[in-house]
Amino acid sequence: MTDRREVLQCLGVGAGTLFTLSGGVFSAFDMAQAQTQDVGTPLFLQISDTHIGFNKEANPDVIGTLNTTIDAVNALPRRPAFALHTGDVTHLSKAGEFDTASQLLSRLKVSELHVVPGERDVTDGPGAEFFARFGKPSSNKGYYSFDANGVHFVALVNVMNFKPNGLGALGEDQMAWLRDDLSSRSASQPLVVFAHMPLWTIYEPWGWGTAEGEEIASLLRRFGSVTVLNGHIHQIVQKVEGNILFHTARSTAYPQPSAGSAPGPGPLLVPRAELPGMLGVTMAVMDSKRAVSLADTSLAQG
Amino acid sequence: MNSRLFAFVLLTISATGLHPVIADEISVTIKNFDYSPMELDIKPGTTVVWKNLDGEPHTIASTDGMFRSPALDQNDSYSFTFSRPGVFKYICSIHPKMKATITVR
Repeated sequence: MTDRREVLQCLGVGAGTLFTLSGGVFSAFDMAQAQTQDVGTPLFLQISDTHIGFNKEANPDVIGTLNTTIDAVNALPRRPAFALHTGDVTHLSKAGEFDTASQLLSRLKVSELHVVPGERDVTDGPGAEFFARFGKPSSNKGYYSFDANGVHFVALVNVMNFKPNGLGALGEDQMAWLRDDLSSRSASQPLVVFAHMPLWTIYEPWGWGTAEGEEIASLLRRFGSVTVLNGHIHQIVQKVEGNILFHTARSTAYPQPSAGSAPGPGPLLVPRAELPGMLGVTMAVMDSKRAVSLADTSLAQG
Repeated sequence: MNSRLFAFVLLTISATGLHPVIADEISVTIKNFDYSPMELDIKPGTTVVWKNLDGEPHTIASTDGMFRSPALDQNDSYSFTFSRPGVFKYICSIHPKMKATITVR
């Protein structure tokens, strides 16, 4: 117990890496610099895979690490206006887990929290507990869009309609809605698309991808600035394809093995001192040229 | 009620409710992201009991929606009794790569 308390005491949001996509070229800045230099306006925070209810050895205190995350975000000198939660709010979809998670997340000093479900949040099938709490913006469909700071945000659900090969899927209704939602948008409007499971195939044997990924990418290619975000795999993986940046966020609960390095995508047990460096959030900033950049920040001291 | 019918009713009760027969219950173990056995051939009326031994939660979700367990944490169990013949495929809705089949005939 003492060990854990000591570790939690020295947690703090420290050095992260800020990746800037400008004209298709990726460059990295140090997060500490990002806080002092004028690299842009904080646009939103991405938090993911809080897994409230998880209590195994990989992190017996997921409430503690989420609280540490929230405290660190609230202490930032320049906070983003709103936050996206890319799913797996809970570990087992239990009502009590959702209650605890909602209570904890309500401490985030942001004006809005947009949440898409992870497969852990809808294990009952229809996702009754999830939609009772987070279904309002989408009229309980889960997928919806909104605009903020001139950016068009699209929330997608790819965890309720699995394909036989284990990949996530949007399904026909949602794909039709997405085509329609994007068709009227100007190609010059920056886009942020977010879902729980990766929207591009990272590792098919573990189902780390979305069946309609290729078609979704083809709908996004005409836009000048696209950021595609997800969680699910509890580690940072990213790729750039033309003007599209694909990026996965860390969890605030526990890390997972890299693709194919374990029998399955379960929790990765690491030495306790290494855990904070493997947990964290992603911050998005917007520069004067309206390019969206991402900064991954871990819970390890910088 | 005639006595023969009464005896038959009593017998039925004892076979289905009062004295569950061990042979009518079959276990499926979930370990290392696999159902074991992955294919089961059972008679109508058989109860299948799944037990998750992984530290990671799993579910049992039939692809036709006939049965669906809640998320089973480590050492949690779920059971379902198959009353009618058919081929029933199911997956883990958390790790949909995990697939298995139960044939009832």
